[in-house]
This record gives sequence, structure tokens and C-alpha cells, in this order.
Amino acid sequence: MLTFLVSAIRLGMTFLLGSTGETITEKSGHLNLGTPGVMCVGASCGCFAEYLYFSSVGVFNINPVLAVIIPIIATFLGSALMGVIFCFLTVTLRANQNVTGLALTTFGVGVSDYMIAEATTIFSKGSKYFTAHLPIADNLGWFGEIFLSHGILIYLAIIIALLSSFVLNKTKVGLQLRAVGENPATADAAGISVSKYRYAATCIGCGISGLGGLSFIMDYLNGNWEYCIDAIGWLAIALVIFTVWKPNFAIIGSIIFGALYIVSTYIQGFSTEAKEIFKMLPYIVTVVVLLFTSIREKKKNQPPQSLGLNYFREER
Amino acid sequence: MNNSNTIALECRNITKTFGSVIANKNVNLSVKKGEILSILGENGSGKTTLMNMISGIYFPDEGSIFVDGKEVTIRSPKDAFDLKIGMIHQHFKLVDVFSGTENIVLGMRNKKFNIKKAQKEIQETCDKYGFDIDLNKKIYDLSVSEKQTIEIVKVLYKGADILILDEPTAVLTPQEITKLFNVLRKMRDDGKAIIIITHKLNEVLEISDRVSVLRKGEYIGTVETKNATEQSLTEMMVGEKISLDIERSEPQNSVDRLIVKGIDCFNSDGIKVLDDISFTAKSGEILGIAGISGSGQKELLEAIAGLQKLSGGEVIYHNPKTDKKENLRNKTPIEIRNLGVRLSFVPEDRLGMGLVGNMGITDNMMLRSYKKGKSFFLQRKEPKKLANKIIEDLKVVTPDANTPVRRLSGGNVQKVLVGREIAASPTVLMAAYPVRGLDINSSYTIYNLLTEQKEKGVAVIFVGEDLDVLIGLCDRILVLSGGRVTGIVDGRTAKKEELGLLMTKAKSGKENE
Repeated sequence: MLTFLVSAIRLGMTFLLGSTGETITEKSGHLNLGTPGVMCVGASCGCFAEYLYFSSVGVFNINPVLAVIIPIIATFLGSALMGVIFCFLTVTLRANQNVTGLALTTFGVGVSDYMIAEATTIFSKGSKYFTAHLPIADNLGWFGEIFLSHGILIYLAIIIALLSSFVLNKTKVGLQLRAVGENPATADAAGISVSKYRYAATCIGCGISGLGGLSFIMDYLNGNWEYCIDAIGWLAIALVIFTVWKPNFAIIGSIIFGALYIVSTYIQGFSTEAKEIFKMLPYIVTVVVLLFTSIREKKKNQPPQSLGLNYFREER
Repeated sequence: MNNSNTIALECRNITKTFGSVIANKNVNLSVKKGEILSILGENGSGKTTLMNMISGIYFPDEGSIFVDGKEVTIRSPKDAFDLKIGMIHQHFKLVDVFSGTENIVLGMRNKKFNIKKAQKEIQETCDKYGFDIDLNKKIYDLSVSEKQTIEIVKVLYKGADILILDEPTAVLTPQEITKLFNVLRKMRDDGKAIIIITHKLNEVLEISDRVSVLRKGEYIGTVETKNATEQSLTEMMVGEKISLDIERSEPQNSVDRLIVKGIDCFNSDGIKVLDDISFTAKSGEILGIAGISGSGQKELLEAIAGLQKLSGGEVIYHNPKTDKKENLRNKTPIEIRNLGVRLSFVPEDRLGMGLVGNMGITDNMMLRSYKKGKSFFLQRKEPKKLANKIIEDLKVVTPDANTPVRRLSGGNVQKVLVGREIAASPTVLMAAYPVRGLDINSSYTIYNLLTEQKEKGVAVIFVGEDLDVLIGLCDRILVLSGGRVTGIVDGRTAKKEELGLLMTKAKSGKENE
């Protein structure tokens, strides 16, 4: 039970990063279906940076702090670059957001496979630094196991989610960002630069989503590269809907998703086929949530009004 | 009137063109501090364009704008804010899921973000001018009038000294209008310069100190309200009668084709858009419908076509084939269409309703006939013939019948739309704004088409914007104002002033439910 919970939290935080990033992006009115691709690229950029770092300094001179920070920065930059591509296509060239997003997903999956083909073995060494935790946790029984035994990315995920929630709801920047996503024409008339906000939100959002990919490889899989990050990405998008566009809800929501995703491996006495069905649970839950939020017709828990719509000023 | 006589805003020789259409031509305008100026004009007279230039949405081609005696360049809404010009648009610019306060502080600069403090300041502004509103309510919970109040508070809080209101009373009930006017007077006494766009004469006379009149983009003149009467203003607004060279034949053996009896209709906001409308459309005649835009024309036609839910009244159709009277109210749009009642509505964006932009003329013809034929596969032959016939008869300029209609010019698109409806040999043809945005020649093609239909014994209902055309083309003209019929006049003897007065007649005793 304890290992189940710990695993759920670890996987959940991957979802959390992915969905926090996507929430920020969606709040600006961008429906970025490229998130799975972004997470792939993020993960591979981070891993590749780790590989380059290790091979440049040699395995015996590794600085543990740098071994964590370099991949994080590389991941963030690599994913943010995907955000720049998305914005350039949708904001500047006014391409359709859905098409652009799906193209980015395909592109991202391909690019990450290509990058990683160079350097698959070495990540478990890197993973050690990511999963390192305070030694005190080992002496605190179940409490330490659940709350303190995790690597840095897990805590980073929670901090980012809380911070995003605060910025979105309590600050001027957040208010203006939400206005851009809800009603860009109004925001524009109020003197807010719609393009600037959309670029910024999407790039930062993608950066954060990308960290989710890195966390999946380095933390959850202990450094074993697996070609299924995009599946995590789709679930992250589903999580955004599940948590009705609220990053602070997502902290709990992500753990639920994590638990649902892995529950099949912890339940005895089911056939392999039945276990596969359990993996569908997160999606089913999302559909149910979507059903409920739609039926209730409450304007409070709805997606940003102009989600997925590009804005041109001339089209008044 | 207020003592201060300094001019707050002045426009000199403003000209603005959109393509070949002149929206404003040498317009001069000035408004003083502590004054309410009305801008009066028909549809398309360039009122809103002018105001959009002052508030930074459009940029004038020629002419200059002065604020407080200094020449200024207004390139964006932000420039306008900086000059303390605030515009309250007809369509509110509010974020639905935000509270009033959040909407008001949106886009504020150079201030520490402190929503509690801002709320207190906003509340003070409200108290000062006597606004009674809950700032914590979300916009979607507010009524139309409350939304407008939020818009007004917004510009006031941002420190606007020059306020522009674009048809503020269009959506309000009489009580709310009285309240709004009290607020406007308070703001005037506070030294603000207020410009109010309207086409309701009684309101102009009630609220404003001076009136500037625009007609077809041109500046006609400014008069002191106290020296003006409804009559004199109407004359300025509609101008001299221009006689058009439209052939109009006498109606032949007219019979009552469509009898509309007291229909009521509410829109999605719960506002009554049609109020007890009754009239008769006869075969072999063109019935014109005049009115300021948004007076219920669209809803009326849609109601007849079965696209609007009626809350009262009935529409009786006299079927020439069976000689029976049928009530259209209980019929589906398709049943109504099959009876021969055809609606060709040309919306502002032309392609929005009726045609699919990415499809060719042939395919668009098929949108109306796809149910014919039993084969699984599409039968393109007949529609293609029809498409070619329309291209030939109406002189549609297009490379071929398969070119996407989106790529055709506006006039040609309209010809396709009208042509398709006519091709179905209707018994009632409703055409709303069929000449919108068309040049003179194309317009005449359409007028002749309508006349031709009338001579064939079709009951034609024509919704138009240009009074000269209505007078020149129609046998009878029904005038709508605020969802009510204010008069039915004979097209042969009608005077523009008469129509103008009917169109601007106040809605009396109309309640918002």
C-alpha cells in the first residue's frame, strides 16, 4: 500500500507539471494539443543535456547540483522553444491551433526518439541525483515515506502549481492573462497586448510541461527511457479538464490520476486484459467530469471562453 | 448649461474611407466641457466610424483631432485613454467570468495592484454619480443595464473626461433610460464632455445640449437643442428626396398571401424583440420593411420562416395551390419552406448565413436540394444547370460554377444567394438587406429581380436600409421601431420625413420582462 501511494505521487507529479503548464497555456486562450510532444522534447533535451554534461566532465567528477540543474534548464528551454514554434504558427501566422498542436505532438515524439537514440544507457546515473532525498526521511516511517522521500522535481511540481494558482488568481498579471484567454477583444481594448501575453504564457507553460517529461524519465522510471511519454502528455491534458483549469486542484487530481494509472499493477488476481482496462480509468473519469461540468451549466467552471480561437484585431 | 465654455474635443475635416466606400467625409465636430452633444444620423451615416476614430480603433485618412486645443494623434485605444477619452461600446467589452471590479481594473497601469483598495475607490466613484451596483457580482449574473453601468464606471474610474456612448439606450427599458440620463446629467454638471450617439429623436431632445447631424457620411450641421424640433431634426437627418429610376408596376390581382397577427418574440437575453406585430403581405406586391437596424427586422423574418420561437400570435399563410389557410406557427422551417415561403437573408458578413464559403456555386445550390433524388450519390447535373443559369441571368462574375463563393466579390455572392431562393419559385420571398454593400449597378439588378418576382405574383417582403430605395421600390412600407409596428404607409405617396419620424418613434410603455 505504501509503495503504491509513493508511486502514485511520483507519477502524479509528472501529470501535475504537464497539466500546470497546459493550464497556464490554456488560460491565455491557446489550446495546445502539442503538450505530449512538448513533454517528449523536454524529456529528451534534459536527458541529452545530462549526457553531454556527464561525457564532458567524466563520470567521476560529477557535481550533484549541476547534474540536476543543467537538465532542468535544458528541458525548460527546449520545451519553451516548442512553445515559441506554437505561438509563431498560431499568433503570428494565424494557423489553426488544433492542427498546429497535433503537428507539434507528432514532431516532438519523432525528435525526442532521434535525440535519445544517441544516449540511452547513462540516464540511470543521472536519475540518482534527481531521486536523492533528505536522509531524515528514512527514519520517519510512513510519514517520511509519503512526504519526504521524493526527489527535487516532486516538490518543484507542487511549488510551481501553487505559485501558478496564486499568480493566476491573485495578481494583476494573472488577471490580465485570464482576460486575454476569456475575451481577447476586451483585453485589447483595455490596452493589454494579446500577442505578448499569449507568447509568454505559452512558452512558460510549455517549459513547465516539459519538466513533466523529465520527471517521468528521471524520477518515475529511474532513468530508463521509455517511448510512452506522449501517453502521459495526453493524460496531462485530460487532467486540465478534470481539475477545471485550476492548478491547485490539480495537486490532488494528479495523485488520483497517478493512482488510477498504476492501480492495475498493484491489484492481484486479474488477467492482463483486465489490467489494461484499468489503465483507461483516468480517461473515463475525465469524461465523467466533463459531463458533470457541462450539465451543470455553471459559468464558473468552464474553460476560458476563447480557448482555441485565434485573435485578429481587424476582425471586430 | 454649464459655465465652462472651453472646447474639450474638436474634429476638423475628418475623412475616412473603406475601400471605395466613404464612411466619413469632411466631418467637423466639437464638444465642450460640461456639455452633452448628440450625434444623430441614420444607419450607415458614419456615426460609429467617427467615434471609432476618436477612440483609436480606426485611424482617419484625413483631418485632425484636437483635445483641449492641442492637435493629437490617436493610434490605439490606449492613446485615447491617455487623452482621457473613454468609449462605451454598443457591444460591451466585458469579461463574463470576472467580477465588476476585476473588469474595471483590467488594463490599469502605473498603479500597485491592490484589488481591495481599487474596489473602495470604485465604490466611491459609484456613490458620487449615484450608481447602484454590486461590484462583486460576476458579469454573467448582471442585467444588460448593469453591464452598461459597469462600462460607464470603468471609463470614469480610468479618469475619462470625454465620454462617448454608442447607442446606450438601445438595450434599456424606459426606467433604465431615465436612470441613465440622470447619471449623464450628473456627469455633465461635473464638467465632463459627453457625446451620445443615437437615432431616437425624443431622447436627443431630452438629454442633449447640442445636436450634430450626419447623413451618408457627411456632416450636415450642428444645432442647439433648444432651437430644434423633431420635425427640423428629421429633415436634417433624411435630407432631400432622391428619386431613383426603379420601374414600379401596379400590383396585379393582389390577394392576401401572408397574414401576421399579433406576434410576440423574446430573444435569448429575455428582451422582447417583437411586440404585437400584425400586417398582411399580398401577392403581386412588394412590402417594404423600414426601421433602424435592430428594430426587429431579422427576428420578424425569422419568425415567419419558422426559425424563431414565438411567444404569442400567429402567422396565417394562404396557400394558392389548395386555397386553404394554414397556420405557420406550428410548422417546422422545412415545412414552411416547402409551402413556398422563402427567406434570403443577407447578413452583415454575407457568408455567415445561407452560403458555405468554401463550396462552389453548384454545391451551394445543392444545399437546398440535397433531399431530392433517391440515389446514394450526389446528383450534380440539375444543380449545375441551375448554377449556370444564375451565373448567366444575374451576370455573376466568376471563373466557373465550382469556384468557392468565398472568392467572389460581395455583390456576386448576394446574387447567388438571392438567385437560389428565386429559383425555387417561391410564393413568398423575403429578402433582407439584399443590396447591402453592393454598388449601384448590382443593386439595380437585385431591384429588378424583386420587381420581376412581384409581377409573377409573388408576395415580396423587402427589408431595406435606404429610405429612397424603399420609397422607390415598394408598394407599401411597414415601419418598425423597437420591435413594434409604428406605421404602414403607401410607397407611392410616402415622404422620407414621415418614415424618419415613424422609425424614431419612441417605444412607449414597453417593459423589460
